[in-house]
Amino acid sequence: MSEAPNHLEHFSPGRRAWLRFQRNRSAVLGAYYLVLLLVVVVAWPIFLKISPSDFAQHHNPNQLSDVQFSPPDAKHWFGTDIHGRDVFSRVLFGAQISLLVGVVGALVSLVIGVLWGAIAGYLGGRTDNIMMRIVDMLYSLPSIIFVIVLITTLGAALKQSHLVEHSPALAGGLRIVLLFVGLGAVSWLTMARIVRGQVLSLRARAFVEASRALGAKPHWILARHIIPNIFGVVITYLALTMPAIILYESFLSYLGLGVQPPMASWGTLIAEGVGQINAIRIYWWLIIFPGGILVTTLLALNFLGDGLRDAWDIKNRP
Amino acid sequence: MYFLRRFIFAIPLVLLISALAFALVRVAPGGPFDRERAPASAEIERNLQAAYHLDEPVWKQYLRYCGLLWQKDAAGHWQHEPASFNVSFKYRDQRITDIIAQGLPISMTLGGLAFCFAMGVGLPIGFLAAARRGQWQETAGNFFAILALCVPGFVIGPILILVFAIKWKLLPVALWTSPVNAVLPMIALGLLFSGQVARLFREGMISAAQSEFVTAARAKGLDETTLLFRHALRIAILPVVSFSGPMLADLLTGSFVVENIFQIPGIGGFFINSALNSDYMMTVDLAVLYAVLLIGLNLAVDFAYTLLDPRVKYE
Repeated sequence: MSEAPNHLEHFSPGRRAWLRFQRNRSAVLGAYYLVLLLVVVVAWPIFLKISPSDFAQHHNPNQLSDVQFSPPDAKHWFGTDIHGRDVFSRVLFGAQISLLVGVVGALVSLVIGVLWGAIAGYLGGRTDNIMMRIVDMLYSLPSIIFVIVLITTLGAALKQSHLVEHSPALAGGLRIVLLFVGLGAVSWLTMARIVRGQVLSLRARAFVEASRALGAKPHWILARHIIPNIFGVVITYLALTMPAIILYESFLSYLGLGVQPPMASWGTLIAEGVGQINAIRIYWWLIIFPGGILVTTLLALNFLGDGLRDAWDIKNRP
Repeated sequence: MYFLRRFIFAIPLVLLISALAFALVRVAPGGPFDRERAPASAEIERNLQAAYHLDEPVWKQYLRYCGLLWQKDAAGHWQHEPASFNVSFKYRDQRITDIIAQGLPISMTLGGLAFCFAMGVGLPIGFLAAARRGQWQETAGNFFAILALCVPGFVIGPILILVFAIKWKLLPVALWTSPVNAVLPMIALGLLFSGQVARLFREGMISAAQSEFVTAARAKGLDETTLLFRHALRIAILPVVSFSGPMLADLLTGSFVVENIFQIPGIGGFFINSALNSDYMMTVDLAVLYAVLLIGLNLAVDFAYTLLDPRVKYE
């Protein structure tokens, strides 16, 4: 993939990357899968609202019923859990939270990482040295430990603050905000390193120097030359950060530190399934379905990220 | 010299981490006694707070935590206050060092086993995928690597339990009593990393096989096997070595979940519980412990790197 075929040469870099991406079968498949998942996740609640009340009743993710631990059948596609709730609906509603945290968390890490890396790379010299030393230092810290401490202490503060009684929905929302800010704040290091490396090499390129020689101000150079040229790298690492954040979110939620009931994410659903493991009966659907959707989503995101990386021809190491 | 400097630099870093963790847990409202003695009178709570010095300003508590606090006693003499880092609010008849001494070896054993599993599975698969380019081994190896990368311990762990422990009754479901207990947790913890190792090693092998010194050796008539094992391997292992620092960190924290699933009495569970119960000293102690382990492991990995790659020189 290192050399573009000749007939692609008269296209713009973005167009060339797009054409290369389209030829990568697994990446395209991953993209299709994600779009399909998104559509289903968004459409399912709307569909429940307009469907006949009987159907909606059966598939309401919070509706308790007498059919406990029913294996998957025509009525409950993914079976039911201990309270007789429909697992299919619960997985899709959980997907909303998991995907939201993944996307917003990745965006938070993007903003911090790009700003940090671009400033360090553009200013260079001593500032660059100090800023990158900080990144090195943070790399060697157990960041997830800090996220856990942060989330539990602020979560406890949230519990104390009577907000839970007044408006549980708002309190739950704040917890999610806490989650993606916390996870985004520890996931920007690789992005910062990559962006800095790119900016450093771009800054020395002839067209940037020419622009500077013509009297362009730094913000013009950043906006006109640097940012458009790091776009591919940023998109690629955005796609590769997202699975990491989704994984962290389900990790925390599994431990009971993330999303709190009655809200659910894939992590809490898997934890509920694990809680039902016993020696007599095997409720495999409680683990296989949430776990399977989580794994396939991560797989699709990784395929997509790898495809983007190959398409933009980015080396693994900055 | 370089490593000595880094070692010395790590000391203020650990202090900074402990201060940061301490500030973080202490600024939040709510205390360790909220839950267990909710109906107790305000007086009892005040006395408890005073007994554990929770009514003091935070900086004083921190100095006391580190054992760096001297105070004037009634007679006007400066008295050294005993360090409080060893006091747990939850386990009052145990010292935290004892809890760590009990749990840490278990967690480290599990982490070490998972590390061996990740290397033992990842390296051969990565090697095979690189050595058999364009054949089915490459496709299969790549697919295994990316699939393993996406299967976290809390998905594969329960599945392993359901299949091997409950359905086929081959291995124990949980606990940590005999060596067979370690098999499933080791796989659950190590699988994700075996994918990463396989991927890195494959990429390393491919780029090493394309480098000029390998081409030169091939031109001299060396057979492919010697070429790959003696020449390419030494270069290709380097990315894996530098990855093993962060990997050991993730193994340590990843064991939280695996210890939870398999009911293993490591320190992961203690950390989570202490954070949830506002057992401050324990939380900060364990956070510092993890930081020290991590910094130490990273240093060891960098040191190993210099031994393996004579081109790298740290100034």
